[in-house]
Amino acid sequence: MAQPLEKVDRRDAKLALAHLFVAFAALALGGFAGLLQTLVRSGKFELPAGISYYTILTTHGVLLGLVLTTFFIIGFQFAAVSRTTGALSDGSRRLGWIGFWMMTSGTACTAFFILTGQASVLYTFYAPLQAHAGFYIGLALVVVGSWVSGFAMFAHYARWRKTHRGQVSPLLAFMSVTNMVLWLVCSLGVAATVVFQLIPWSLGLTDRVNVLLSRTLFWYFGHPLVYFWLLPAYMVWYAVIPKVIGGKMFSDSLARLAFILFLLFSIPVGFHHQLLEPGISPFWKYVQVVLTFMVIIPSLMTAFAMFATFESYGRSQGATGLFGWLRKLPWSDARFFAPFVGMLFFIPAGTGGIINASHQLNQVVHNTIWVTGHFHLTVATTVVLTFFGASYWLIPHLTGRVMTKAMNRLAIIQTIVWAVGMTFMSGSMHFAGLLGAPRRSAFSTYSNSPQALEWIPYQIAQAVGGTILFIGIILILVIVINLAFFAPKGETEFPVAEAAAPYERAALALENWKLWIGLVVALILIAYTVPIIDIIQNAPPGSKGYKLW
Amino acid sequence: MHIHKYEKIWLTFGIGCLIVFLTVVGVSAFAAGQQPPSCLTTIDPEKVDSTPPFDHPGLVKKGDKEYELNIVVAAFSFTPNAIEIPKGAKVTINVTSKDVIHGFEIPGTNVNMMVEPGYVNSLTTTFDKPGEYTILCNEYCGAGHHMMTARIKVVE
Repeated sequence: MAQPLEKVDRRDAKLALAHLFVAFAALALGGFAGLLQTLVRSGKFELPAGISYYTILTTHGVLLGLVLTTFFIIGFQFAAVSRTTGALSDGSRRLGWIGFWMMTSGTACTAFFILTGQASVLYTFYAPLQAHAGFYIGLALVVVGSWVSGFAMFAHYARWRKTHRGQVSPLLAFMSVTNMVLWLVCSLGVAATVVFQLIPWSLGLTDRVNVLLSRTLFWYFGHPLVYFWLLPAYMVWYAVIPKVIGGKMFSDSLARLAFILFLLFSIPVGFHHQLLEPGISPFWKYVQVVLTFMVIIPSLMTAFAMFATFESYGRSQGATGLFGWLRKLPWSDARFFAPFVGMLFFIPAGTGGIINASHQLNQVVHNTIWVTGHFHLTVATTVVLTFFGASYWLIPHLTGRVMTKAMNRLAIIQTIVWAVGMTFMSGSMHFAGLLGAPRRSAFSTYSNSPQALEWIPYQIAQAVGGTILFIGIILILVIVINLAFFAPKGETEFPVAEAAAPYERAALALENWKLWIGLVVALILIAYTVPIIDIIQNAPPGSKGYKLW
Repeated sequence: MHIHKYEKIWLTFGIGCLIVFLTVVGVSAFAAGQQPPSCLTTIDPEKVDSTPPFDHPGLVKKGDKEYELNIVVAAFSFTPNAIEIPKGAKVTINVTSKDVIHGFEIPGTNVNMMVEPGYVNSLTTTFDKPGEYTILCNEYCGAGHHMMTARIKVVE
């Protein structure tokens, strides 16, 4: 199928780029915070001037977990929507800018209160630790700003559908909309606890807070959040990578079906983060554990589609034998290599995730640094390497430049540096976690506990890995700055893959949003209604705020 | 919707494994009683010191080789913080918090649970190996979080 538009509209490109710049600025600062954490935790280094480990940790989590991801994703999706369904209307673009400035000012506000030590509550901000109200207000602005941008995308998509009746929407637009629906439905939870519980409580308008309700609303958001990070990486895998390697997308309809399954099964699952908690019956925990594991099905579909695409392409180039097609893949092209390494890391990452969400095994690893190791594989390797790989064509496409051979080589080195650094850091986090080392804790020998002394070599390995990763961050920043400002002028393609087979009618049914959103709501009600009523009805006296840092 | 033959095999195998896995997890949860700590008892977090059994925290003998260990958790300490337990004792550990959320973990064992203000949490474990064990807090609770620790000595 011919794509009507090859380039992202210049005005939309500016909007997308603004998001990417904030994302990479967050990477620079948040990555530096991460380096400091691994150094402190090695026990060989102390922060100067009385700076708290937990201030640095909060900075790292908020900037990388929330700011880098959300800004990159929204910027990328604006570009993808504009590329595949045409330039945004002036109204939609204005909404996009309003969303951008709300998110940016929210980030600045939250960052101010974190860096001045008034909000060392980590990015999960569990009550009754009480940050300055400005911390919560800034976060609320980020979330509401992202909704405004989401509505801009929905409006644009609706307009496209109105003018293309009976047609299947372009895959990237469909996927962007699915991801924003997921985000909107899940972030209602965090918005509810922040706006109705935490802001009034931190302003002194209310005295006490229902701690378990706040946590439950947070985790209603906290797990789909990781799918909100992951789905844009899947967009690149499904809809871009086949074109980058010169092949075709394995199946358009199955890609859409996978996204709908993610939408359905990534929200009613938050209890698997609360398995060890009092106040929630084990029956409801198990129900959500089962729902959690349903996302394995679209993950298996994705794995199959990726390798089918790679093998089909290799064979079309004359590859023979069981694994001959591997040799035909464009290993020296960073646009392929970085996301591919990300895919490989998703194999141990996904396996670790299955362990974490298991009803009983969770007890072995809960709140140990194993969990930190886990999400540094999922989000900080799979997702982030895919985002880096996408930046290698997206940024020059948007700035009207081309990536030079030298920069491509640097990007290959960057990917290898990242993989090596992460193997050290995440690997040793996993091992130390199995030995019981807690996450989110400054260096401590726990009064020379024999167990804690065993963790120290692993903590030194984490610092080695963290240092290598920081070199990786410097490299990616060099590449991004080059692509944005210094690379030679020229035309870079925004690759969009074509499906191997013609569009199926089934794809149209997958755009029945009333049905899917209805099912999402039904699943959420099944999984959460009874336990939330329990939490509210059987609530103990609420908690007043504590500032213990 | 067309699904490739190999993909059907792959998904059937994958979903089959998933069903077996969830059945094993479910049977061990509901038939064998291997449930995560999920105590439903509530308590006024500001009256912990006057609410039994936390008004007299510590180890209580309940039967032959059966004990109850009641621990009060607060920033940044466990009370009591030095505990002696006879080897082979089956101990039900009850914990509650006087202030913020904490964690209760004994590295090297499966003892691991969340401690939240307003709730009692509880699990039962058997200490079979003599030696020194460390209790630590594994949920961020403030500046002294990593200093929160206590000792259990399992004696013959």
